Amino acid sequence: MTTIDEITNANLVALDLDVDGPMEAIDALADLLDKDGRLSDKDAYIAAARAREEETGGTAMEMGIAIPHAKSGGVKEPGVAFGRTAAPIQYGDEKADLIFLIAAPDGENNLHVKVLSQLARRLIHENFRTSLREAKTGEEVIELMRREVKL
Amino acid sequence: MKLIGVTACPTGIAHSAMAAEALETAAAEKGHDIEIEIHGASGADFVSPDAIRDADAIIFATDASVAEKGRFDGKPKVEVKLREAIDRPGEVVERAEKAAESGAAATAGESSESDEDEVVPTGGGVGRAAEVRRWLMTGVSYMIPFVVAGGILIALAFAFGDTVTVPESNVYEDFSLVALIYEIGSLAFSMLVPILAGFIAYAMADRPGIAPGIVGGLIANEIGAGFLGGLAAGLLAGATIILLKKIKLPGGFGRLMPILVYPIIGCLVVGTLMILVIGAPIASATVGLQNWLQGLQGSNAAFLGLILGGMMAFDLGGPINKTAYAFAIAGLEGGAFGPMAAVMAAGMVPPLAIALATVVRPRLFTAQEKRAGQANWVMGASFITEGAIPFAATDPLRVIPAMMAGSATAGALSLLFGATLRAPHGGIFVIGVIGQWPLYLLAIAIGTLVSAAVFIILKQFTGGSDEKVAEATS
Repeated sequence: MTTIDEITNANLVALDLDVDGPMEAIDALADLLDKDGRLSDKDAYIAAARAREEETGGTAMEMGIAIPHAKSGGVKEPGVAFGRTAAPIQYGDEKADLIFLIAAPDGENNLHVKVLSQLARRLIHENFRTSLREAKTGEEVIELMRREVKL
Repeated sequence: MKLIGVTACPTGIAHSAMAAEALETAAAEKGHDIEIEIHGASGADFVSPDAIRDADAIIFATDASVAEKGRFDGKPKVEVKLREAIDRPGEVVERAEKAAESGAAATAGESSESDEDEVVPTGGGVGRAAEVRRWLMTGVSYMIPFVVAGGILIALAFAFGDTVTVPESNVYEDFSLVALIYEIGSLAFSMLVPILAGFIAYAMADRPGIAPGIVGGLIANEIGAGFLGGLAAGLLAGATIILLKKIKLPGGFGRLMPILVYPIIGCLVVGTLMILVIGAPIASATVGLQNWLQGLQGSNAAFLGLILGGMMAFDLGGPINKTAYAFAIAGLEGGAFGPMAAVMAAGMVPPLAIALATVVRPRLFTAQEKRAGQANWVMGASFITEGAIPFAATDPLRVIPAMMAGSATAGALSLLFGATLRAPHGGIFVIGVIGQWPLYLLAIAIGTLVSAAVFIILKQFTGGSDEKVAEATS
């Protein structure tokens, strides 16, 4: 059974992300995914995520969430890295302080993607976002995700 | 209220899922049922045709293309960007409520327009009538490209070739550019009724409807049943598959249904009904009609013109139209050139009248109809009556009487004016061989005005809420 623990862990959470813009956020969070052994070609993945960020004119939404993501051959294991900034950073016309960087391998359409989709769905709900903003530790964030994302 | 949400983003992982959740949450808060179809890179699980039939409105929240969007043709719809659905789902659901209440489409100003994103007003009525209209409109929307390709290519062939020899040319044996264009146009035209029937059945019963629908349409061609035969074939095929789908077989047999039973039994049932129940009566009715027309020979010219003209417009290339045409051809061969002129005038009126109506009252028509309307100028001028079929097939009860009124007028006037024609076809391109041609053109113009006026009046005053909505969103 696929669970949230297969796609993320406390090492992929940065509660004090200190970046100036969306592209830097992608770089920093991709670094976490790479250290966690989920990327086979970090540069290729970053290029894909940056390209998509540019294409969409900002992946942030009014509720302060940005979900940069890419499907890329540079991804070995699907995963999501979570970053939180002290002050919202500018994404085109929007601002975001909760940033989820999603990495999916090319052509992947399995349970991992379902988990990622499920996580994205839960973000619509304000209480989940509030909890994420108030979380003190990476482990606490993972626990919140476990509670919200059940398949 | 029952809603369907369609969300689509290029990867189909995050944003389309978030929009789905946002719409589900907002719809639930307002007490609506909503079913969501999420599209991503790997496609989508389609909602069932039953769900589409029962839905009051469709919400498209899309930043990427949606496969087989034609499934939703004719339903009230709201189109927004994915972000609008995520950021302000409540507003989007409210707009869907309004669209459903006015029974028609509403488009967001911000959303992107493409050719497929037609805003299709539904019939004013709800329930059964609106449902039938959605089926017909789906069939017609797939048919229109064939009408335009066939109609314009045949017109081109007549413009550059000889109208007597072109229809008898054979490009495979005796090559000429005109024969080539004529052959391609004719083949495109021969698909018109099968495509209409196939996609009416598709709208009713989803993919399994296509094969029996197209086969039924081919038989409609074969028995000379025209587009009305195509409507019958499409509805029969759709109904047959809907009935077959109700048969539930256990296990392995159940899996055989879509592979073997739907196509084979579907085609067999539809084909048999088309040949025996529809084909045979048409054949005998045609003979009766021919004899009756023969009896009218030598009677009052205006009366004969009225009858021939009305017949030309009744089924626009179907058996009754063909009988009037054959009567005129027989006259042509026997040295009577008046009926031929009357028949051609009457056959030119319907496309011309429709083209005129779409220009005079654009708000009564959808974007797709307006574009098809423009091609009708060329088809009307070329005596290609079939240009009117897309309009007649979605709305036969208003279009056919309107077209008959003008065609009968033009036919009667043509014979009254003593116009003659010594060619079997050609429209404006054979004007040189028309006797009394200035008066002949007058007859066509008057007929066109009559048909366009009746058409607009019928559409405007019996169209229910169509117009108001079309106006509001234009």
